Amino acid sequence: MRNGECDLGVPFHTPDPMKPESFQITVTDAVLDDLRRRLSQTRWGAALPDSGWDHGTSPSYLKEVVAYWMSGYDWRIHEAALNQLPQFVSTIDGARIHFVHQRSRDAHALPLLLLHGWPDSFYRFHKVIPMLASPNRGDNIGDFAFDVVVPSLPGFGFTGEVMRASREQPNRQYAELLWRLMTEVLGYRRFAVAGGDGGSSLAQLLAIDHPESVIGIHLTDLAWHAVNVEPSTLPKHEREYLEHGKKQFMQDGAYIMVQTTKPQSLSPALNDSPSALAAWILDRFHSWCDCDGNIERSFTKDELLTNIMIYWVTQTIGSSMKTYFDETRSPSLTPKDHVNVPVALALFPKDIAGVPPRSFAERTLNVQRWTEMPRGGHFAAWEEPELYANDVTTFFHELHATVSAV
Amino acid sequence: MTQTTITAQPFYVDVPNATLEDLRARLEQTRFADTHDETGWEAGGDSAFLRRLAEYWRTEFDWRAREEELNRFAHFRATVDDVKIHFIHERGRGDKPLPIILTHGFPDSFLRFTKLIPLLTDPASHGGDASDAFDVVVPSMPGFGFSDPPKSDGTTFHIGSMLHSLMTDELGYERYGAHGGDWGSTVTEHLARSHPDSVVGIHLTDVPFWHTFRKPSDLSSAEETHLKRTTDFMMKEGAYAAIQGTRPQTLAHGLNDSPIGLAAWLVEKFQRWSDNNGDVESRFTLDELLTNVMLYWTTETIGTSFMPYYDFTNAGVMRWMLETAKQWKGACKVPAGFALFPRDTSLPPRHWAQRFYDVQRWTPMPRGGHFAAFEEPELLAEDLREFFRPLRAAMQ
Repeated sequence: MRNGECDLGVPFHTPDPMKPESFQITVTDAVLDDLRRRLSQTRWGAALPDSGWDHGTSPSYLKEVVAYWMSGYDWRIHEAALNQLPQFVSTIDGARIHFVHQRSRDAHALPLLLLHGWPDSFYRFHKVIPMLASPNRGDNIGDFAFDVVVPSLPGFGFTGEVMRASREQPNRQYAELLWRLMTEVLGYRRFAVAGGDGGSSLAQLLAIDHPESVIGIHLTDLAWHAVNVEPSTLPKHEREYLEHGKKQFMQDGAYIMVQTTKPQSLSPALNDSPSALAAWILDRFHSWCDCDGNIERSFTKDELLTNIMIYWVTQTIGSSMKTYFDETRSPSLTPKDHVNVPVALALFPKDIAGVPPRSFAERTLNVQRWTEMPRGGHFAAWEEPELYANDVTTFFHELHATVSAV
Repeated sequence: MTQTTITAQPFYVDVPNATLEDLRARLEQTRFADTHDETGWEAGGDSAFLRRLAEYWRTEFDWRAREEELNRFAHFRATVDDVKIHFIHERGRGDKPLPIILTHGFPDSFLRFTKLIPLLTDPASHGGDASDAFDVVVPSMPGFGFSDPPKSDGTTFHIGSMLHSLMTDELGYERYGAHGGDWGSTVTEHLARSHPDSVVGIHLTDVPFWHTFRKPSDLSSAEETHLKRTTDFMMKEGAYAAIQGTRPQTLAHGLNDSPIGLAAWLVEKFQRWSDNNGDVESRFTLDELLTNVMLYWTTETIGTSFMPYYDFTNAGVMRWMLETAKQWKGACKVPAGFALFPRDTSLPPRHWAQRFYDVQRWTPMPRGGHFAAFEEPELLAEDLREFFRPLRAAMQ
């Protein structure tokens, strides 16, 4: 059991630890009682002048969320809903990976690995899993279906902290774990990968290190390594994009500075105070959604809290933030790396740094599909599930046809 | 100059029992995440140290005893510009004690100066000369500890003037000296520039960081190095300032709700910025570290202590320079002394300081860090005595 208080459904010992064991989320009553007690004791303190969301999480909205968390939100309903998804754990080289494995009824379905980021979780994809595995659209995509695999990434949620063989290139080691999950554990020879945020980095690493397995990758952003280039070498419109991103970073990127340099100065508070955790995570959802400042236009309180609960009950906010620190110390990707497998970019207008110039993306990626979306933000699969699922399906449907024809 | 009205009232540190009981309950239920990936202080707070600190806090730390020690000083609160300012006021023992105001920064408090105060008020009892005695005033910055928060944001630019009112209107001093570090050096510089006729000299442990934002064209290579180190510091160690400046509310709430969360955020700076060879306890006892944390916890002021960062970020570099320039009233004619402690967060060359000040004393110290008054009170006291000695003589 992790941390001795939260029974997360540890499987029986098995002689073959890689063999997937069925997994159900079962948070104990003690954890929920403790949470309720902490929430009821929240100490609001002398606040800065309430300036809405201008200087961080809105104090009045945070109070509203905490009140709802205590009296309206029912974890058991969401736990039951999450447990409707077929979940498994498999231990690869000592790393116990949690994942959803939603097989399609179509025996020829294309395997698709979906990779989330921070501060979300496997829950990012809860709306698109059924769309991708059991499509029911009357359009020309027909019945193209995926076997969907959604892991909790190393450091996150029901996977939690993963010890690495070395401190070198942690994301590359995690990508290797995911490759082994898809191939050695689940037996897929070739598969597709899609992701955003941290998931975009991992997708690119999978594509670079295993082009024999990855037929193509679908991304919602370029991943942060791409911008570490010397701007003077770039044409004007690309430089402007980088300058815009830099400005954005100066205004709203301090969370990255904390998480890459001092995550363990922050994590004690976030692991000890549920409202602290909510404040830290809600700020990101608010900043990065296409909601005109009204976060609930994009996400319900229940959805926001279920994602926060995945961090709270697993006590993984610290290990999730630590992945930033570890990766910064030994980066797995540089702007010199190039993805050669076909890449689709679905760009949602309110994502963190806006829409990059295609020419800039092509410096690191073999871009075969480029879609600028009419709406949506950073958590596209969650915020605009139809747009997202359609784009993923269209890209891989075409690609699958090409690959199969060869 | 505002009309003189004496508002200072004696003040005693006396935290309600309910606050201490609530704290004990929170410490008992502290939730630490397990990790097999211990990285010491490299990635922020050392989790093994923090567990020990939480345990000590819960079982051994005696706030009432610390409170009694703090109350050996004469504390007051006075209303200045509609804000209640807390301060210690200790009279000097000597012929003509020179009044001096000592201003702290983040993440410390008036506690920074508690070891220094007796050395300054009573030099004769500490191996010095009674003629070097000071009347010492140590305020809590507005928004910190027992001082009320400023009425609105943007106040940071005017703290210097508030403290001048405290020294003159409230306490009746005509001329005085000033010392500070961290935000205290910024406030002290503002004070000197806006009230050069009252401030006989300023003594700082750093050159306020914002001077680095206006880059002169004739930098020496030592200055280039200094500016580069300042930038490096901001990238590697400056995340706290970035988040406190841009998204203070996202962070402040949680630190106010979790005692160990607050301690982790604050204590890491004491570990990082003091001269301790990696062992924070070689410089500060757990009691000292926790007493400082308690001054934030019991007053619930971590959020308002972010105000200077937030004001600075909101104002932007240009407005900050402009506001500062407005207060300059010409050249800085107040004599300035610097004591540079080798493990502080920045070590400017003397000629960098000379661009902004009339530098009359420059002392590179053999040891000590950012919290010099707490780490090396004797070294600092001696430097203050020597710096102000000729200035006292000139006042006669």
